[in-house]
Amino acid sequence: MSPRLHVDVAVIGGGLVGSSAALALSQMGMRVALLDRRYCGAQASGVNYGGVRRQGRPPEQLPLSQRAHAVWPRLKALIGIDGEFLRSGHLKLAMSEADMASLEAYAAKVADCGLDLELLGHNELHRRFPWLGDAVGGSFCAGDGHANPRLVATGFAAAARRAGVHVLENAPVTGVARNGAGFALEAGEGLKLTAGTVINSAGAWADRFAASFGEPVPLRRIYPSMVVTEPLAPVLTVNIGMEGGGIYARQVERGNCIVGGERAEALADADFSRPRSDGALAIMSRAAALFPGLAKAQAIRFWSGTEAEMPDRNPVIGPSLTTPGLIHAFGFSGAGFQIAPGVGQVLAELVRDGRTTTPIEAFSIARFAAGASTDRTTLGSGAGEEQEPQRRGA
Amino acid sequence: MSRPQPLVVGAGPAGVRAAETLVRAGLRPLVVDEAPACGGQIYRRPLVKDERDARALYGSEAGKAQRLHGAFAALADRIDHWPRALVWNLRDGRADIAVAGESRAVAYDGLILATGASDRVLPVPGWTLPGVFTLGGAQVALKAQGCAIGQRVVFAGSGPLLYLVAWQYLKAGVKVAAVLDAAPFAAKRHLLRGLALAPDIVLRGMRFAAELRLNGVLLRHGICDLALEGEGRVAGVRWREGRRERHLFCDGVGYGLSLRSETQLADLAGCAFAFNQRDRAFLPQRDSSSRTSVRGVYIAGDGAGIAGADAAELAGERAALALLEDRGLPHAPERAADLERKLARIGRFRDVLEAAFPFPAQWAARVKDETVVCRCEEVSARALRNAVHDFSLDEINRLKAVSRIGMGRCQGRFCGAAAAELLAVETGRGVEAVGRLRSQPPVKPVPLTLMPREAAE
Ligand SMILES: Cc1cc2nc3c(=O)[nH]c(=O)nc-3n(C[C@H](O)[C@H](O)[C@H](O)COP(=O)(O)OP(=O)(O)OC[C@H]3O[C@@H](n4cnc5c(N)ncnc54)[C@H](O)[C@@H]3O)c2cc1C
Repeated sequence: MSPRLHVDVAVIGGGLVGSSAALALSQMGMRVALLDRRYCGAQASGVNYGGVRRQGRPPEQLPLSQRAHAVWPRLKALIGIDGEFLRSGHLKLAMSEADMASLEAYAAKVADCGLDLELLGHNELHRRFPWLGDAVGGSFCAGDGHANPRLVATGFAAAARRAGVHVLENAPVTGVARNGAGFALEAGEGLKLTAGTVINSAGAWADRFAASFGEPVPLRRIYPSMVVTEPLAPVLTVNIGMEGGGIYARQVERGNCIVGGERAEALADADFSRPRSDGALAIMSRAAALFPGLAKAQAIRFWSGTEAEMPDRNPVIGPSLTTPGLIHAFGFSGAGFQIAPGVGQVLAELVRDGRTTTPIEAFSIARFAAGASTDRTTLGSGAGEEQEPQRRGA
Repeated sequence: MSRPQPLVVGAGPAGVRAAETLVRAGLRPLVVDEAPACGGQIYRRPLVKDERDARALYGSEAGKAQRLHGAFAALADRIDHWPRALVWNLRDGRADIAVAGESRAVAYDGLILATGASDRVLPVPGWTLPGVFTLGGAQVALKAQGCAIGQRVVFAGSGPLLYLVAWQYLKAGVKVAAVLDAAPFAAKRHLLRGLALAPDIVLRGMRFAAELRLNGVLLRHGICDLALEGEGRVAGVRWREGRRERHLFCDGVGYGLSLRSETQLADLAGCAFAFNQRDRAFLPQRDSSSRTSVRGVYIAGDGAGIAGADAAELAGERAALALLEDRGLPHAPERAADLERKLARIGRFRDVLEAAFPFPAQWAARVKDETVVCRCEEVSARALRNAVHDFSLDEINRLKAVSRIGMGRCQGRFCGAAAAELLAVETGRGVEAVGRLRSQPPVKPVPLTLMPREAAE
């Protein structure tokens, strides 16, 4: 017997983007299937650094980011858990005068976007955050924070399941094709379904689906690399980033400090990666230097994850240009965790209304169509502090 | 350029015999061990020399211990030996080794993993109280530090180590109040089958039990619902035998349920794993020659599957012969065949021991909600059960992701087996169906200030 399922919307990829969309859609009364090749929330959305940060994003992302910003404190009501979300504030450090100037320029540029950035000079910085080592200054965004990605990503999928979404795990979508007014999908072992609309939220695997509908995209895989310490007495009171890359760090309530930076190395199967030893050691020594309180700490685990990066570090969000009923949402370029809950709402609106109240033109897949201009954002970046130095490991 | 040297991880019985075999063929291996001296867990040396002789330290195994220590000492100028060194990551012919505050990246050609085992623990109420040790930990305290875990000690759990450690404490002059074996007495009949395969071991075990009894130690079988009690420190044990509740006062407890293989490095090296019914664990796959699924990676001793010290010596030598053969060096095929025959025989004896000390499979269904399963991250059985149901999980790495089980200092080495058992019961499947925890470097905690250094060739 081959199971056959009819739904209004089939969502390919159960990351935070896909599962928040699925949840929003089912709350609108639609029949939804959420398919993942392995487990929902086990890829980028579940293994990222956990930064919930608007600061540093390019201005065109901020309306969407603000929309997501409103969702984070309501997680408990929405998915039943708070996801360890902590509005700790996000402090972006400048290690040089030039970096400080670029923080100042950013603050001026986004002054009207509601981030309420506070620029801190050297003395004020060290008065407020005495546990910091050397830094020239910083920019503080009190409304930003951090959360536990493992819980949030899995929590959205679990909430979607409770809301009636068909959550199908270990069900890799192997084929999608237009079929009359909708789509026919094949997944896993003999699973077949039909859907009126398809959302392509397959993360680092989304380019294959876009290409199969005649929309090739220059998606590249990146593997950010993380280090976590044993639980420690409170040291870091805020989520820390650095202008121009370097490391980023936060301390969870349980006491562990998570420090990211550098890039991991893909394994033979490029779905998987492993932190480079020299990269992990570099992150560790930078953390010990920047936070004297961590100098005696032990690192207990390294990890990395697979993320999709677009050349301009903005995601692709919006309807396909070739195929009615197909909507793309991928390529979050190292910064999709914070905005994903907002993206889910936008996707649900797109399905229901054919449009959304949040500006997303900048993210159209049209920018990668043959002949399109590919100017990249000049200020801020889609990856923000999650952007590692561009120097890549040999 | 000449080929890099082979790397042997672990200087216990398997590692020492492997190194010796490589040296005999003219190779110069690098031998790395966390301990300050060779010997591994079983033939561990005192940290500071004391008045105890080999007989006092190793009992009936004194001869073997001395021979192994002697063999390693004889290799001194033909190997490189890094004691107090931790291999914390492995990949594609390179090892990262933390030693003397720095991290050395070492290229190797041929890797013999002889990483041994540690205690298998299934949490019971009070197991994290001060004064409670694993059986192996209790033994290390005695052997390496020359101190006992208490003045009036109870040993509980199962496995051959239970009786051995109790007996060693007795011989060291410590008051042993009781030995509480989770295995039913009836299971011991399997040992009779073992008499034919390894009479010396079976008889020695019987002698331990007899001497313990003779010295007034309470021996109980088929105990269940073990609970360790005390305020701030263990002060007593409670257990059930059939319908009867029993209690004893004590100030030290050794507890463990046989051993578990240390397999993280094999995982990091990319070795394929398969579920092993006898050890009730996922183990690196290897053939009778100790070859793993990865070319140039060999695995020997308890790290490949629990088989004991005698098997480890044989397997270490066998692994080294395989390495030699793969490097095109003379490799004594007849000796190799002989080693394999002996190992197969020990394997059959292991089946007997497993039947005599069966895994308490009912643990997961009975463990109380409030019992802490993961002591590093302080995760209770209740938290695990809730996670399984709240998030509809059926795979161990997903359970890790939402509950933090296996994410702490021990990286699941001590809580992993228990978590898998719980997940299996909660989802109504066999423990082999829930998968295994993926290993991440570092295999053990390393200081944040570890300084990288390229090792000189
Ligand atoms: C290590 C790391 C650190 C990061 N740190 C941060 C941070 O601090 N802050 C921040 O905002 N962002 C961060 N990010 C980025 C953020 O995690 C991602 O941008 C975001 O989670 C992307 O969500 P997603 O749903 O698009 O992708 P994913 O979570 O990867 O989901 C895609 C899903 O699609 C599934 N899939 C793929 N192919 C198929 C198929 N054929 N059939 C069915 N399913 C399929 C996959 O299994 C996967 O579950 C980080 C990323 C990584 C990897």
